[in-house]
Amino acid sequence: MTAVSTTGPVLSLRGVSKNFGAVAALTGVHLDVAPRQVVAIVGDNGAGKSTLVKILSGVHRPDTGSIVFGGREVTISGPADAHALGIATVFQDLALCENLDVVENLFLGRELRRGRLDEVTMELRSWELLRQLSAKIPSVRIPVASLSGGQRQTVAIARSLLGDPAVIILDEPTAALGVAQTAEVLHLIERLRDRGLGVIMISHSMEEVRAVADEVAVLRLGRNNGVFKAAEVSSQDIIAAIVGADALPHHPHRPHRGENRGDE
Amino acid sequence: MSERPLAEPAAPLDLLDERLRRGAGLRSALTGILERIRSGDLGALPIIVGLLVIWTVFQALNPVFLSSTNLVNLLMESVSVGVIALGVVCVLLVGQIDLSVGSVSGLSAALTAVTFVEAGWPLPAAMAAAIGAGAAIGWIYAQMVTRLGVPSFVATLAGLLSFLGVQLWLLGDTGAVNLPYDSDLVHFAQLAFVPAWLSYVLVVLAAGWLFATGYTLARKRRAAGLSARSTRLLVVRSAGLLAALGFAVWYLNRARGIGWMFVCFVGLVLALNYALTRTGWGRSVFAVGGNAEAARRAGINVRRIYTGAFVLCSSLAALGGMLAAARLAAANQASGAGDVNLNAIAAAVIGGTSLFGGRGSAFAALLGILVIQSISSGLTLLDLDSSFRFIVTGLVLALAVALDSAARRSRASHGRA
Repeated sequence: MTAVSTTGPVLSLRGVSKNFGAVAALTGVHLDVAPRQVVAIVGDNGAGKSTLVKILSGVHRPDTGSIVFGGREVTISGPADAHALGIATVFQDLALCENLDVVENLFLGRELRRGRLDEVTMELRSWELLRQLSAKIPSVRIPVASLSGGQRQTVAIARSLLGDPAVIILDEPTAALGVAQTAEVLHLIERLRDRGLGVIMISHSMEEVRAVADEVAVLRLGRNNGVFKAAEVSSQDIIAAIVGADALPHHPHRPHRGENRGDE
Repeated sequence: MSERPLAEPAAPLDLLDERLRRGAGLRSALTGILERIRSGDLGALPIIVGLLVIWTVFQALNPVFLSSTNLVNLLMESVSVGVIALGVVCVLLVGQIDLSVGSVSGLSAALTAVTFVEAGWPLPAAMAAAIGAGAAIGWIYAQMVTRLGVPSFVATLAGLLSFLGVQLWLLGDTGAVNLPYDSDLVHFAQLAFVPAWLSYVLVVLAAGWLFATGYTLARKRRAAGLSARSTRLLVVRSAGLLAALGFAVWYLNRARGIGWMFVCFVGLVLALNYALTRTGWGRSVFAVGGNAEAARRAGINVRRIYTGAFVLCSSLAALGGMLAAARLAAANQASGAGDVNLNAIAAAVIGGTSLFGGRGSAFAALLGILVIQSISSGLTLLDLDSSFRFIVTGLVLALAVALDSAARRSRASHGRA
């Protein structure tokens, strides 16, 4: 059953716009994420997904509009701000150091006791975190280079959890993964939701979106083009929203689209 | 933590995964080492084997080579370039290079000599000036690399020429300044040896320290429910170190013994090793060398790490140049010239520091310079001139890098990176 939030959204975008010169990358975009909710953002290339992620992670600042986090309006003027608020972002390239092991990567930049590293506590906390995520990583003392793509994604997500965020943004977490690893990451996303996080996930795969997301927000040419309940919408409808509803000539099941996929 | 199965109390937390094949005892430690070597994670093994081969060959060619007297000299001669190599390790670890360490060491030698002898400064002031100049040079390189985006290869190549020029200008028309034999610096580099009893005390301290740190760590890990080295393994390891160092010291003490200068070099190596492996700074250095963008996103001030590495490298080069001048009791136009530059870089690489950043250790400088100095000393004893030395050192360097590349491929295929 889709999780229904009782507390309202933890993170909201209200009419956010962003222009790059003459190009309007985002125009009046709204987005709500509640705790225990996975929101998938889908859209064609150039729809503004990356810009949205960059605004939330503090890389870009919106030109107009506001960001409400935890009930109050905030300005995110840099990655550090986003971190401090509790918005963690896992970019597509993961940004891991392949020559360092899992513990070293997890605690990179925020080592415990920097003058004389507390390796024991760091290793212990790494295990705790990975166990909570049911991560299938055999040893935390092997270099990240020897891990599979799914395991690396897990490490990157685990690292973003160390700051105890309220919202986690995953930028195409399954883009470079095989079937089994994709399943592993999708499972992990469900665990993140179970932990009470709000999850924003960028994805291109309709299957994944419908498998794991609660809500699907469609962007088209920098504007909102519909927010759907994932359980009640068909892939075709999402695709129609992505490419522009009028572009798709027919919808055989349109009148009954809620019945295609009943609640489980 | 709550998911930890309490029914199986024997398995440490980090060895629960059934895919892992290893334990914590003496036996599994040995098989672990063998397995690591087979997969291409060679560690210091090739250098130690190489050193044994070199020593055997030269000893067969000239029985003087392994005599106590020659080895004492060999260690003393290796210090100055070894200190420079230590700095090179730092820049290589962050994925940069400094080609000017030879020139900077020569400039430092000239600066020390000119300020101390000709300007009559007190020795500490002269030394501080030389090392300060080195640090300033490193800072300039770092600014050129981080702010202007000049490749370190080019920035330091420019430095190589410029600082050679400054060195020649400083030395003036005579081209050489002698350091007085009765000065502390020359005494330190030529005549200061550790008393025999103290050298044994140092050996015992080293072995005891190795055991103590290993034991404390093992106890902490066990208390936390993680796997740890068995006490037996720790004892064997410390006893091995005690025996090896004890024998070496005994053998060297049959001649003049161990120079204080060499002891200080080893101290520097240990200090850098601690900083690289046990502090947040060291972790940042490896991270920047491995993936600078990832390090930046993790909140590491990448520019500061680069600056630190360059400053450390040039400062150590300056210190090495000063020690070379002290050893020679003179600074001249040949100080830091010729093969000093390439020997220092070769030592770091032969010792196992990757040219691509993020891989290596402080001990690379120590082991690498021992290889290079052994070759140099052996060929000198055979009365072969520098042409042969260049050829052989070059071949060893090529061999070391080839071996490293082969091992890297093997590591990659065995999932060890």
